[in-house]
Amino acid sequence: MDLNTILQVLDSTVRLGTPLLLMCLAGLFSERAGIVDIGLEGKALVAAFFSAAIAYSTGSLMLGLLAGILSSLVLSLIHGVASITFRGNQLISGVALNFLASGLTVLIAQDWFGQGGRTPSLGDVRFHELTLPFAEALRPVPVIGPIYYDLISGHSILVYVAFLCVPVTWWVLYRTRFGLRLRAVGENPAAVDTAGISVVRLRFSAIIIAGVLCGLAGSYLATALQAGFVKEMTAGRGYIALAALIFAKWRPWYALSATMLFGLLQAVALRYQNIDLGGFIIPVQFMNALPYILTIVILAGFVGAANPPRAGGDPYVKER
Amino acid sequence: MDRMPAWADVVLIPLISLILAAILSALAILAIGESPAEAFYLMVDGALMRSSGWGYTLYYATNFIFTGLAVSVAFHAKLFNIGGEGQAALGGLGVALACLYIPWPHWSLALLGSAVGAAAFGALWALIPAYLQAKRGSHIVITTIMFNFIAAALLNYLLVNVLRPVGAMEPASASFAAATHLPTFQSMFSSEGNTLFRGSPANITFFIALIACVFVWLLIWRSKLGYEIRSQGYSESGAKYAGISPSRIIIIAMLISGALSGMMGVNATQGAAGRLILNSAEGAGFIGIAVALMGRNHPFGVLLASLLFGFLYQGGAELAMWTSIPRELIIVIQALVILFTGALDNMVRWPLEALFARLRKKEA
Amino acid sequence: MTDSAPAIELKGISKAFGPVQANKDISIRVMPGTIHGIIGENGAGKSTLMSILYGFYKADAGEIWINGKKTAITDSQSAIAAGIGMVFQHFKLVENFSVVENVILGAEDGAFLRPSIAKARKSLKKLADEYELSVDPDALIEHLSVGHQQRVEILKALYREADILILDEPTGVLTPAEADHLFRILDNLRKEGKTIILITHKLREIMEITDTVSVMRRSEMTATVKTSETSPEHLAELMVGRKVLLRVDKVPATPGETVLSVKDLRVIDDKGVERVKGISFDIRAGEILGIAGVAGNGQSEVMNVLGGIMDATGTITMNGKPVPLSGKAADGQSRRAIGIAHVPEDRQREGLIMEFTAWENTVFGYHLDPQWQSGPLMNNAAIQKEAAGKMQRFDVRPPDPNLKAKNFSGGNQQKVVLAREIERNPDLLLVGQPTRGVDIGAIEFIHQEIVRLRDQGKAILLVSVELDEIMSLSDRIAVMFDGKVMGFREPATTDERELGLMMAGISGEPGTEDWKAVDENLTALEHGETPTHG
Repeated sequence: MDLNTILQVLDSTVRLGTPLLLMCLAGLFSERAGIVDIGLEGKALVAAFFSAAIAYSTGSLMLGLLAGILSSLVLSLIHGVASITFRGNQLISGVALNFLASGLTVLIAQDWFGQGGRTPSLGDVRFHELTLPFAEALRPVPVIGPIYYDLISGHSILVYVAFLCVPVTWWVLYRTRFGLRLRAVGENPAAVDTAGISVVRLRFSAIIIAGVLCGLAGSYLATALQAGFVKEMTAGRGYIALAALIFAKWRPWYALSATMLFGLLQAVALRYQNIDLGGFIIPVQFMNALPYILTIVILAGFVGAANPPRAGGDPYVKER
Repeated sequence: MDRMPAWADVVLIPLISLILAAILSALAILAIGESPAEAFYLMVDGALMRSSGWGYTLYYATNFIFTGLAVSVAFHAKLFNIGGEGQAALGGLGVALACLYIPWPHWSLALLGSAVGAAAFGALWALIPAYLQAKRGSHIVITTIMFNFIAAALLNYLLVNVLRPVGAMEPASASFAAATHLPTFQSMFSSEGNTLFRGSPANITFFIALIACVFVWLLIWRSKLGYEIRSQGYSESGAKYAGISPSRIIIIAMLISGALSGMMGVNATQGAAGRLILNSAEGAGFIGIAVALMGRNHPFGVLLASLLFGFLYQGGAELAMWTSIPRELIIVIQALVILFTGALDNMVRWPLEALFARLRKKEA
Repeated sequence: MTDSAPAIELKGISKAFGPVQANKDISIRVMPGTIHGIIGENGAGKSTLMSILYGFYKADAGEIWINGKKTAITDSQSAIAAGIGMVFQHFKLVENFSVVENVILGAEDGAFLRPSIAKARKSLKKLADEYELSVDPDALIEHLSVGHQQRVEILKALYREADILILDEPTGVLTPAEADHLFRILDNLRKEGKTIILITHKLREIMEITDTVSVMRRSEMTATVKTSETSPEHLAELMVGRKVLLRVDKVPATPGETVLSVKDLRVIDDKGVERVKGISFDIRAGEILGIAGVAGNGQSEVMNVLGGIMDATGTITMNGKPVPLSGKAADGQSRRAIGIAHVPEDRQREGLIMEFTAWENTVFGYHLDPQWQSGPLMNNAAIQKEAAGKMQRFDVRPPDPNLKAKNFSGGNQQKVVLAREIERNPDLLLVGQPTRGVDIGAIEFIHQEIVRLRDQGKAILLVSVELDEIMSLSDRIAVMFDGKVMGFREPATTDERELGLMMAGISGEPGTEDWKAVDENLTALEHGETPTHG
């Protein structure tokens, strides 16, 4: 394998890892606040549809992005109302929202565009790849040039936003008042409540952040990675992000590594299909299943324990 | 005192949730520019007014009874088995292997063999998540989700690379031998000159599903094991005190749950398709969640909810055929049912409880 | 100071939880710079009242006046703003946060953490010096002893500049020496002019430290008196509403053969901590052995091992036969099979399934007995009949076998458990906290049943954190501290003072206690070292 091939695979890793990263960080905010979110998939799916649909209809990418984020937020808020206000089962709510997204997107797409549950191709109305400063100039420099030009430069703005979200998340979580409270409410909401802080408001804030991040992820899928929405285009990415979150032990920098690892697996599967290792063939299906298998291994505790936030999944009820 | 009479909990709450889901679905139909009343009429006409419609409705219901019972049994042990889809897919594989590789002399024996295969493979697919939950505390919701994806990848691989007949393009197994074909409702109930259930996939497995309902009822409310499963579901510390091994209950409950999910493979793969196809579970594993929630984890409730969803599925297919409403409307309805009966339960329950409290005060 | 406005005045507070009235028209006045005790039985409504004052619950009716001003306390935020701090019975700390993080939570200065933490460090040091409240600010809560965790709670309140401090049953988890340290802290706070409300059900504490005391009974405030003008007997009468029998009527024990013999028992819990460190004791037929100790010193683990809930190492024999201590042969079923019955410490989490009906609970743990089976199914009719009989014999009210366990009162729930376990006619009965959360009428009944079983020649192991209960029921007393038995005593020849010392890890002869040594000993323990005494 030459440098060029490696760079292509890594470039593809970044592209495929970005939506995972955004959703993983969304899950991180939510679960750190004690709200388990298996509805990442659904939120990204509605965002993908609405961003593409609105971008196509209005010709404005920004309006599309906004619509994507807003639609994801609506699902987030339903999740919040169900799991915070009405203290419902967070897992069931997440499952319901995933189905809602999967059904609604096709229903509306069919109604609006009549193309069997997809949007028309966006053509030019999509996020373009940015060329970073000096990329052209540096390109002839051996090794560094191609790495800078092919791998670091040449992504859409959303990719850079996603990567920027990692240090920002870390900083918010560990260096701000909001982060302290957020982590506290996921560990022991009673401590937060008796300290005079509203558990409900904190948890809703976390859920809203998760909604925005999933909105970015979905919009990225439909308006940057591809040029339009197709049925079920999230293709289980929300669940892979969930797996990555466990893999990352609910920490921002680990989330980056985990999502890029899973992105790499996808990139390799995409490029090579069946991998021939000197006569022994690794089927592409195995590569596709590998993120899930790895997560099972992690969950089984064979590679370090996965300790989720302690209050995760439980609605907060003042004890009597 | 309980805050509400039992009948309100069992009947009123699911009913109100269902009405809420129906209203929202009607609004969705309106938004598409179709008439909800007409859509409902079409659905009833297509699913219930002809025996062939019933044949489809009951076929779908059979699948949902199995997966709904599966989710219910796990729920009684406080386990959320979201892996019905994968377990059903593996059940289908078990059926296919039994039908493809054993030369059955008669359908009844083939049914027995494939049922064992379906249950065993479904249970096996539930075993690993169950073991990890019981022994290593890995959250069963996450592991069963992961196992759904792994099952999909595994079946994809097997159908493409192993089971696909030479020269065939479609990722599906060879067709099963004629001796394994189960009696359909058409062959069972038609008389000369009067063909019933024409061309519909409903088959004898429906009766096995009914037997499964009775079995689960006896298991949960009348057997020692059911007593222990419910104890564990309500209080793990209580179970330990009583000498009930939590890990044993987790594993047994999940094995039963997985076996029930797997059993839908008999209906779908052997009874209807006659060969193993990709995505043989058709989402029924997930509908089991909605069915169990609506049916309040009681076999009778599961039966009713399954019939309802069978009707929705068949009616939805009719809608897609005659109107501009796509089949995905059913997924939306399913989502709304799960949302209202599962996650937003308190939204319906709290006002009702307040209402009953006020009624009680008036009486007093 | 006496003519200034009261620091706290509650007027006509009422609160109901659904159909249960927790507080009925309650009024109190507490003067600044005093310690006011609120005493009452479990469930009398003390904690609810204080949670209302702290804004944790909203009162249905009534007014709160702070320092002479009517104050609307709608949530904890407004309570904190009004200068009120509260130390809950169950601490409200984030376990994997450091002390300083817990202290600033909700009282941060600005949006960023660094300056807040720096400020809190300084402030903590000052408070530590002022009030004997030293805690390592960087220690994680989960690594601190209970006593230190409580200090963090007090520090949290003081850091928020609380002038009024509410403590809910603060000594329940403390050794007598730790409790004394707490009282010294409270005394210092009083000298600084802080107002303190102390909720407790222990008369001794009221007499020792409070200036005034209010008594609550059945959701109502029955009296408020000056502590100096009352007596424990009088308070007890006010609490219960009639003269209390503080002693149980019983004849001296006539112990027979040894039923249970425990040698060098060791228990290591899930986290790898050694909870029981090699203890040995015997129980003979017809005797009650009581284990005294502050909660968390290994008593529960001993019960759980004998009841088949936890694994252990060592040697246990029952009626001369060895008892397995790990694996399948050591589960609750095997224990029941050899004649051990178990009334667990936590009836709501262990002894009963709250969502089961009373009749289903009647066979809980014995559900595999052939007499409750018919063919492959359970014989529900037979179980229901048995339940009705048991409920009548043990005077369970209401005597409705179809009622769910959660709908019975604490005392009646306990009777359902006792009926089940005692009527098995076991050779050994394990009883944990038999009267916790049980109303006074039921307490007498429960004590009589336990003594009656003893008089039938059964062996009984009693674990209770209530010294009174241990003293009045036991024929012999073992005191546990830090996983070890400090010694055995007989009720006739010991007193609460000696037992209290032993519970703190000191087995000195009467009259020679050295409080400085006790404190040092405790400090060493809190830092995870081996105590030098004991």
